[in-house]
Amino acid sequence: MTPKRSEHIALGLMVSGAFLALAILFFIIAVIMIKGLPHITLRFLLDNPMDMGRAGGIFSTIVSTVYLLVVSLIIAIPLGVGTAIYLTEYTKEGLITKIIRFGTECLAGVPSIILGLFGFILLVIKLGFGWSVLSGGISLSIMILPVIIRTSEEAIKSVPASYRDINKVLGGTRWQGITRLVLPSAAPGILTGVILSVGRGIGETAVVIFTLGTSLRIPFSLFDSGRSMAVHFYLLAREGISMNNAYATAAVLVFSILFINILSYYLMHRFVARRR
Amino acid sequence: MAATAIQRKEKLIERIFLLIAFSSIFSLFIIALFIFAEGLPLIWKVGLKDFLLSTRWAPTKGHFGIFAMIVSSFWVTIGALLFGGPLGLMCSFFLVEFASDRLRAFIKPALELLAGIPSVVYGFLGVVYLVPLVRDYLGGPGLSLLTASIILGIMILPTVISISVDALVAVPDSYREAAFSLGATRWQTTYMVTVHAARSGIITSLVLGMGRAVGETMAVIMIAGNALKIPLSPLDPLRTLTSNIALEMGYASGMHRQALFATGIVLFFFVMALNTIATVYARRKRIK
Repeated sequence: MTPKRSEHIALGLMVSGAFLALAILFFIIAVIMIKGLPHITLRFLLDNPMDMGRAGGIFSTIVSTVYLLVVSLIIAIPLGVGTAIYLTEYTKEGLITKIIRFGTECLAGVPSIILGLFGFILLVIKLGFGWSVLSGGISLSIMILPVIIRTSEEAIKSVPASYRDINKVLGGTRWQGITRLVLPSAAPGILTGVILSVGRGIGETAVVIFTLGTSLRIPFSLFDSGRSMAVHFYLLAREGISMNNAYATAAVLVFSILFINILSYYLMHRFVARRR
Repeated sequence: MAATAIQRKEKLIERIFLLIAFSSIFSLFIIALFIFAEGLPLIWKVGLKDFLLSTRWAPTKGHFGIFAMIVSSFWVTIGALLFGGPLGLMCSFFLVEFASDRLRAFIKPALELLAGIPSVVYGFLGVVYLVPLVRDYLGGPGLSLLTASIILGIMILPTVISISVDALVAVPDSYREAAFSLGATRWQTTYMVTVHAARSGIITSLVLGMGRAVGETMAVIMIAGNALKIPLSPLDPLRTLTSNIALEMGYASGMHRQALFATGIVLFFFVMALNTIATVYARRKRIK
């Protein structure tokens, strides 16, 4: 086989591989949208589910999802950004940073079902929080923590070193430098990471089903159980309760995830462009 | 003495940040602690050998053998690697070595979107579209090792692609220029020079992809059939470690529940082993 011929074959294979991967993505989005969108009405979004989801809408699951995400972000953002600040502003590369990075990578690799088990035994049972927004929020925050740490670290690292020098020259303390120069300048990058982790959290099922529970009522207090959209979709689809409502729920899910990802991509681009 | 007050405050702030920085390690530690504390007593009672190597899982009758699930998880992970690995690497080779900048700027973020699709959606579409295909054309129940491997292969694509692309991009252009000037074609340069130089990163991407596959739960529950036996053909249904936990967690109590946590321990070991391998390979790249 001549080099030219093998080049053609290899290129053909690679192009078809990339095409196949893209085709799968478009197939998933198209199927969910085509089957789901016709069933989405304002009433579907604003009515509570009735008869286990056979009728009615998904309002309470939207509320549960948002509530859950807000709680997990309130926990994960300070911890994640704080870790990133420590790694970039307070230490040089060494044993401690290596340990923290390895721990973060391991945490990112922990399967969601293990997080679900953990949240169930510690938060739901041992601490007595029950299936609740609090249990779900804490468990989910552990899942998104590595994402926030990684993106915040990148964002803070990209703040020009001259900012810190200027701060020093002007007699600012390190804390002043962080709060007045570094963080504001890294904020868009950090926000991108936060949005990305919201996208992760919206679709998560295994963690949420064992910690937030499956109640269809609207959760008010932190100790109320709820049912996220992803869990609702899973139960509708798996138990064959209502295919139309399952597709419609999936369409809302996939649409929000697409929106979130495109938004974060756009923000990141603007952030990078400004840096240059 | 104002300066010392400021210094003291700065010192305190640094301590607080150090404390926060250990939050991920701390989380990892208490997760492991509680999973082990709940699961180990059962392994102790049943015996490690019987727990790992017996295929009899009948928790209500006091039989706790997870060998079939270990084998199933192993095959599903290998299957996912067989489908997702080559496809993912083809995509990354194309993106880094062949595609124009404009094409890459479109394809890469699009493929990253695959990571955002919830696993329940993958599982559901697998059941609706892939399972009937496998059942009608290849036989068996359709809910099978093959179906699960294909879907998991798709799900690990973003992991494989993003990490191997980073590794390929990190290869200095001078390597490629040297190969071109020796008369190598683009493909020859790719497989003789670039892939070789990015080897450790590519292996890391595959290992982390396997880590994702072994830990995936919701999609596998929906498409693997969950049968309690060792799969002998790709068309046999199977139950993985993860699906065993998720399927029975809802109603398990007492020793049964402990057995599910013990299953979690085994899963935890698998994932940590894969992560450690990935970290070791990723380190090797940095040393060079």
